[in-house]
Parts: sequence; C-alpha cells; structure tokens
Amino acid sequence: MTTQEWKFSTKDIAEKPDLFLAGHRACAGCGPATVFRLIMKATRGPTIVTEATGCMEVVSSIYPYTSWAVPWLHTAFETSASNASGIEAALKIMKKKCRISQEHVDVIAFAGDGGTYDIGIQALSGAVERGHDFLFVLYDNEAYMNTGIQRSGGTPHGAATTTSPAGKAIPGKLEYKKPIADIMVAHEMPYVATASPYYWKDLIQKVRKGLEVEGPAFLHVFAPCPRGWRSNPAKSIEYAKLAVETCVFPVWESVNGQCQLSTPSKLVALAPQKKKPVADYLQGQGRFRHMFKPQNTKLLEDVQRITDERWERLLKKCGEKPKTV
Amino acid sequence: MTKQDKNWKEIAPAGVCSKSSSGFLTGDWKTYTPVRDPEKCTRCLLCVLFCPDGAIHWYPDKGDIEFDCSFCKGCGICANQCPTNAITMKLEQE
Amino acid sequence: MQNVVKQEIMALAGDQAVAYAVKQSDVDVVAAYPITPQTIIVEKFSEYVADGEVETEFVCVESEHSAMAASISASATGARAFTATASAGLALMHEMLFVASGCRVPVVMAVANRALSAPLNIHGDHSDSMAQRDSGWIQLYAENAQEAYDSIIQAFRIAENLDVLLPVMVGLDGFTLSHTLENVEALPDETVKDFVGVRKFPNVLTHEGKTAPFRLDPANPMTMGPIALQNYYFEFKRQQEEAMENALTVIQQMNSEYAKISGRSYGNGLIEAYCLEDAEVATICLGSTAGTMKTVVDDLRQEGVKAGLLRLRTFRPLPVEAIRSALANVKAVAVMDKCISFGGNGGPVFHEVRHLLYEATNRPYVVNYIYGLGGRDTSPVELRSIYENLQGILQAGRVETPIQYLGLRD
Repeated sequence: MTTQEWKFSTKDIAEKPDLFLAGHRACAGCGPATVFRLIMKATRGPTIVTEATGCMEVVSSIYPYTSWAVPWLHTAFETSASNASGIEAALKIMKKKCRISQEHVDVIAFAGDGGTYDIGIQALSGAVERGHDFLFVLYDNEAYMNTGIQRSGGTPHGAATTTSPAGKAIPGKLEYKKPIADIMVAHEMPYVATASPYYWKDLIQKVRKGLEVEGPAFLHVFAPCPRGWRSNPAKSIEYAKLAVETCVFPVWESVNGQCQLSTPSKLVALAPQKKKPVADYLQGQGRFRHMFKPQNTKLLEDVQRITDERWERLLKKCGEKPKTV
Repeated sequence: MTKQDKNWKEIAPAGVCSKSSSGFLTGDWKTYTPVRDPEKCTRCLLCVLFCPDGAIHWYPDKGDIEFDCSFCKGCGICANQCPTNAITMKLEQE
Repeated sequence: MQNVVKQEIMALAGDQAVAYAVKQSDVDVVAAYPITPQTIIVEKFSEYVADGEVETEFVCVESEHSAMAASISASATGARAFTATASAGLALMHEMLFVASGCRVPVVMAVANRALSAPLNIHGDHSDSMAQRDSGWIQLYAENAQEAYDSIIQAFRIAENLDVLLPVMVGLDGFTLSHTLENVEALPDETVKDFVGVRKFPNVLTHEGKTAPFRLDPANPMTMGPIALQNYYFEFKRQQEEAMENALTVIQQMNSEYAKISGRSYGNGLIEAYCLEDAEVATICLGSTAGTMKTVVDDLRQEGVKAGLLRLRTFRPLPVEAIRSALANVKAVAVMDKCISFGGNGGPVFHEVRHLLYEATNRPYVVNYIYGLGGRDTSPVELRSIYENLQGILQAGRVETPIQYLGLRD
C-alpha cells in the first residue's frame, strides 16, 4: 500500500520487529542509531541495504557479529550509491531472467556526511543522473565521526572539529555547510526530503515515500552525535527538535521539484515569533562552546544570520510568504 | 584473540557474519540505569521509538513496556524525552 | 577432436572480440567507464544493448571506481558481472580491486593494457595490470585477439568455480591487440552459453543460523563486507590464497574443457612452452610480444640455434611448478618486462621468475629486458638480439649486465 494508504500508530511502529538489531556498538545516546532503527521500521517488504564506511557501518558489522536482519553489503567509503547502482541493476536483470523469487526488492543506500557530501558525492550524483530506483539516506552528524571527528562538507559554520579546531587564530570551521539537499533537488530527481528523528512520524513517512518513488530518492536526516558534538547523550533527540525549531535544520520535501515545508517547519513559518534563536540550539554543545566567548560574538551573529538567510530562501522556494518579525 | 575464534578453514568466505548482534550484550556499558514510575507512564511509547539500542520493548499482550537491561547503555534519551517525566536515570549500584 | 564445433571466422579486433565473447556469455550486468584503448569494448557492447541483442543491464557509470563498486555489488547480488578498463582507469579502481577479491565475487574484467601516467600515454604496456599483481585477482594475458575471445569465456567459469570464487582480469595489449583486426574463430552462441552455464553459489552459514546460497537475497539475509579486526582479518586473507592455489588447477581444467569444443588450447592454460624441450637459450614474455617472438625463434631454429620461448599466459596465480619444469634444461633465460618497477632491481616478471628458480636444481643465467614502455614498438631484429646476447652469456660464462633496456635511446 502507498504512504497515502498506510496509516500507522505509535503502537504499530513500536510493535514492528527491529531490522536494525540491538547489540550494535554505537555510543550511548547515538543519534544515527535511533535514525537507523526508525528508518528500518519504515521498510515495506524485501529490502537490501548497502552502506558506506562510517560509524554506523562499523558499529553494526564487527565480524562475526552483525546487527542487520536484512541483506547488507559494505565495500568502501565512496561507494554507497555505486553499490546501490550495481544491486539495483542486478535485481532488474535477474528478475527479467526469472532468477529471483521476489516481485520487488527495495534498495537503501546509507552513508554519513563523509560518504555523501565529500568522498561519496560523485557516486551519488552519477547514480541519481542514471535514474536508478533506490533510496539514498544521508545520516548527518556533521563531521567524519568514525575517524575522530574531522570536519566534513556538512560541518556547519563555526563548529570545532579535530581538523578545524577553535584555536587562537581561527575559531572553528569558517566554511559553510554544503546545501546538499538543494544540490540533489538541482538534479531534478523525483524525491528529496529532509527529516529529523524527533519528528519520527514525518521521518517514517518520508522513508516510505522515498521507497515508493520510481527512481532515485534522497533523504537527508539530521543525526546528533553526543561524542563529536560534546553534548549530553541524553539530549540527542532534543537537539534534533531544537534544530528544527531554530531553523538550523528545517524539514521539507521536494516532489518532482515542487518544494513544500513539512509540518514541523511549517508551524514555525506560520508563527515566526515562535522561531527560537540559534543560541538555544548551540548551547550545551562543546563544539560550539567557543562561540559564546566575547571575542566570538560576531561568529554567533553570523550563524544566526546564515540560518535566517537560508530559512528565508527556503520559505520562498516553498511558496511561503517570508514573514519578518 | 580467544580460544573460541575459528581458524581460516572454519569461517565463511567474504566475511559473511555468523552471529547476530542480539547475542552481544551491551548492557554492561551503562553507568546509569533507567527507572520508570509506572503510575506516571502513559504508555505513549516514545521511549520505545527513540532508544538508539532498541532496548525498550512494547508488549501488546501485557499492555506495557519493559526495559531490556542487557542492551541498555544508560544514555538517558528515554528519560529526557518522556513527556511525563516518568523515567529517571539512577546510578547503577555495584 | 571429435567434439569440436563448427565455428564462424569473423574479422575482429581484440576489443570487438572481447565484446562479442561477453555478448555470448549470458552476462547480467556490465558497468563500465570508457578509456582508451578499451573504448571499443564498451561501445560495441552498447550497440548490442541498443539493438536488443543481449539481456544485460548496461550501467554507464561515472568513473572506474564506481564501475568496480557496481560490478562487485551486482555480483554480490547474484548477477554475472563484467567490466573493462585500462591504465589510469585500472589505477583508479585500485582500492576496489582488493575489495572485489576480498568479497570473493567472480567479476570478470578485460584490461586493454596501457601505460600509466605521467606523462600521459595511451599506448600499450603492462604497467597497469602489473601494478595490481597483489590485488588478489587472477591475471591472464592474451597473445592475440583469438585468445582474448577464448579467455573471456573461460574466465567466467574460472572465476565462478566454487573452489576459486576470485575475480579474473584478462589482459590484451593496448592497440596492438585491442585495435588490430584478426581472423577470430567464434563459437556458436549456444555453445558458449552451455560452456559458461548458469552461475552457481556456494552455501554459507549466515547469522540466522541458516545455510544459504552466498548472495544478497532478502529470503536469506546475510552481511557481506564487515569490519574484521585483528582477530580475524588474517584468516580471510589466507582463504583467498587457498583459492589462488586452487585456481592453478581450475585454469588448466578450463583450458582442456574449452579445447574439446573449440579445438584451441593455450599450452596447459598456465604457460605455453614453444620449442622449449631442448632449448638452451630462451625468453619469457607475456602477451602479443610472444607472437613476434615465435617467428624469431622459428628463424633461429632454422639456423640451428636451440632457441625457445616460454609464454606466460597466467601470471596470477604464478605457475611456479610449470615454469620451473619448462626451464629445467635451459641454460640462459631472458625475462621480458613491458613494465618497470622503479628502484626494484628489474621488472616484476624478472623478479618472480628469478625468485622461483632459486630452488631449481639447475639454475640458468637469468637476465632482464625492460622494453616496449608507452607502446614503443619492438622489432624482430631487436628481439633477435636478445638471443644473441644470451648466446654471448653462455660463451663468456657470466652475465655482464643483468638488467637492460631494449629499444631505449641512450
């Protein structure tokens, strides 16, 4: 049944058996782990998963243990999308030659920000251009966490990482977060969406939509990392909420190029006085601690300004009237 | 390396994993344990969904949830997200 | 031979012969990126696809790295996968070649052997595939377009053999073979289809406690390509080496089995010994140079020189015993390397031959000729001079210069 028809309750999701199993070695409070569990709850039938090298790959596949109750392949860091291309092509032709038993198999390619923004972007762009039928999920913890918290193209402006530390001369990463979802929309692909694990229902619906779409779909999921962000592990889901409320990470979707805000961000658009200042979100994250020093006031202002500018652009794209407060 | 590790003739090729991680108990990682007040709990099941380790289970026949301490890492997300503050994190006793 | 089938003679260049072999071999997925001098393979194959002559998913990937990734994953899903590349493309795949052999996927790849940059050179030498000799791939080298055609077909059987399960690369010299028209005897479609058969899978124990065919199948979930720490990685590598050893037998078997239907065999499949039984002086080479070398040997034999040639058809796995026996009575050997291993005291084939002769009862003189780099042509006269030098070595009773460059202007 389609997403339109699939009505599910919290109980339905809670009851569905996990396909991303317990016993994985992710840190306590790992945002991506929650993201993976929720995404795998949204699968609709036979599924094959492929994953790029990264945190979730490593923690879920330490030989001889595996946390995957579905077929799963890892080859390298750059190759989540190229793997998905090969799997999808194989399934297509094997079905034609009557060599597989399934009517349809969904292919999901997972990658972190390393395997998506940077080293994996070529394969992703190629796979999307070729129109393979698969869902690509970016779990974004905003740095190369598995190798030791190094900056990526997805690391936001001002964040301290091990390769962009907040030092005496340079206060963290000066470059901006690559607008990866916008880049994917520019590929004119059937479905692009952003999601946050706090808004789990929205996330699950978007996974389903991505799976249903014929052709490539891209889902950008915000995934807080307490270890890399130096934040309280208990607050990972709370940060996923704050990111949306402050418009640092708005949730929206683009269906065949038509953008629309998703409910959580729409609520902010409709009541801009409720939009929280970015400082509410940055607070408590060690990677942004230096931004609260008096000498870095401008940096803090920059982050608010960029957030607002990107938000306004998004509102325009989604046909919402930008309201200035 | 342990005595239980297999030799090269005994393992499947290409690293095909032979054990499910549900046999790898991560519960001994925790320092804090979640304690739930069943009176305050509304069975909203948000903790079941948000737990990174799937260590909280909903049993529809029992109509109640259970914490699986063999996997819980004590992160406290459940306590932080509980809308009625029914869960508190208690320091584990030795 | 009674079972040899009637074959059609086609005018095909090496690349076209490869494409034709792939066409006939019931290949499921071809994921490839064009690079001179392999381009004709992918272009020809595209024509077959566009004309509906093959049942193959053709994926025009955006780089060779993705070509190998897609080939590995397609093969892991259960498809018969083929790709082709050369030179820089093969180099770009480097990381993934090790992944392919580590994942034990029977991918077959044609390599139109070409020089590596810098400077850029599009012509034939062996530096591309020699640089991958540690990657765990089986390596076969074709002497002519006919052999390229035959070897591709055999490669699927070798790779998919349950005692092997290793990817296979078939090298054909860039331009010399890839682009030169030859008469190629092609088997009928049905014969090739029967020979390659349908891919079989070994059964493996999965984490669900079930034994299931080794492929990605939602009916039998399994995890492939995990992280293996210090306590297990070594064992997986030992498994691969065992598979390589098994390949020595399987390659020979395929060579014989194929000979029954085609009437053609290539030595014993591992090496081809040409006039070696009573040879005193011999050369060892790979690929198309062997063709020219054979005419030189023929001329020398006419003149009464006991000259011979050992063509190395299989380079990986290295046919140690076969080479040792073939050279048992040879007194002076010149190893030809169309590749240089900088700072390595000679070329890669020279290293390996000298090394395997260490335990030989009668060790011949062994010298090295680096030649043909960047497609530098080597004439029969130049090749003949090698034999003259070998004879000089025998007369003098010593080697003056173990490593020489043939055809270099200095």
